[in-house]
Amino acid sequence: MSQTITIDGQEIPYEEGQTIMDAAIAANIYIPHLCHNPEYEPHGSCKLCTVKVNGRNCSACTFPAMQGQDIINHSDDLEHDRKRITQMLFVEGNHFCPACEKTGNCQLQGIAYYLDMHDNHFPHFFANREMDASHPDILIDHNRCIFCNLCVRASQEKDHKNVFAISGRGINKCLIINSKSGKLKDSELDINDCAAHICPTGAILIKRTGYQVPIGQRTYDQHKIDEISLAKEHKHHD
Amino acid sequence: MTDKLKVATTSLAGCFGCHMSLLDIDERMLELAQHIEFDRSPITDIEHCGPCDIGLIEGGVCNSENVHVLREFRKNCKVLVAVGACAINGGLPAMRNHIPLEDCLNEAYIDGLGVENAQIPSDPELPLLLDNVHPIHEIVKVDYYMPGCPPSGDVFWSFLTAIIAGQEPSLPYELVHFD
Repeated sequence: MSQTITIDGQEIPYEEGQTIMDAAIAANIYIPHLCHNPEYEPHGSCKLCTVKVNGRNCSACTFPAMQGQDIINHSDDLEHDRKRITQMLFVEGNHFCPACEKTGNCQLQGIAYYLDMHDNHFPHFFANREMDASHPDILIDHNRCIFCNLCVRASQEKDHKNVFAISGRGINKCLIINSKSGKLKDSELDINDCAAHICPTGAILIKRTGYQVPIGQRTYDQHKIDEISLAKEHKHHD
Repeated sequence: MTDKLKVATTSLAGCFGCHMSLLDIDERMLELAQHIEFDRSPITDIEHCGPCDIGLIEGGVCNSENVHVLREFRKNCKVLVAVGACAINGGLPAMRNHIPLEDCLNEAYIDGLGVENAQIPSDPELPLLLDNVHPIHEIVKVDYYMPGCPPSGDVFWSFLTAIIAGQEPSLPYELVHFD
């Protein structure tokens, strides 16, 4: 007898050891997320995947699926919270989409479009962040880092290199690079590494590729992030 | 005439790209003109804003004059709209925010390539620059936002026709862009 949970009234099966996110993706249900990627250990930091489990808020990417859970994924309250979280991510960094190569392919932007976010609501931090263009093939613009930890995880889990880490707390939090100079050019990062391609925003970019696809014809110009995400991640689950 | 909605527009720290985009509604402008008339706007050259139904603000706030104009609009407009990326988040002008103002002025007027008779402009008629460029919602209450750099003509059309029809403006997915 298979075990089940219920998401927005729909009963879906789960396997022992799966998180709510795993079960949802396997059942082709989209729960908004930024820091989660099924190929890596869950991190639970962006909180966009917050769902109500038996009346209590939980991160779907880290919370285990358990028999009989009644889960709300889409409600006005949750969508409102998700919009506010996304707006906080926008004001915490410096996200000037018209000046960013990743525009149209950026998951942060994709989430904002999906949530029908038109403004940033909060006062902007205008944080003073650096750019590291020292590497011949890869550029880091810290202005756009949302500290999702995906590059850290990719470098550790897939590339077995440990190039990245997050250092400091609060406003001083920063993505740091494992090299003597602290510069990307002196690290072990290579253009073929998973960590060089995993960034959901425009913080880690491959040089000389940014405008290969014209603005207006890019991923989230054409499709909503729920379609794209499920097409990619549901397949990964199979 | 009197039942037409009054619309005022201005560009603060913007490039007038959003105003150009308003003109991109093309021949629909004729239909629009049956429902609205412009008050203060670069289109009319009227210098001060009277009581209006809609105020469209392009650009962020980079100097003291921008603050005065923005407050004049807020005081006079029933509905105030932030139009485009710069009004919404400061946009490209706000990319100077992490550079000290003195360094910006030195680069532009003293040390820049090809500068002759180097001096920082100080005519009392010139509005003073603020240390940071701000989105307009940090200074006044904003009722609606039209994202885009610029928002397309269709965004203007969708927004204005909704207001004219007395409906709550909303944008379909295809019209929401930050670039």
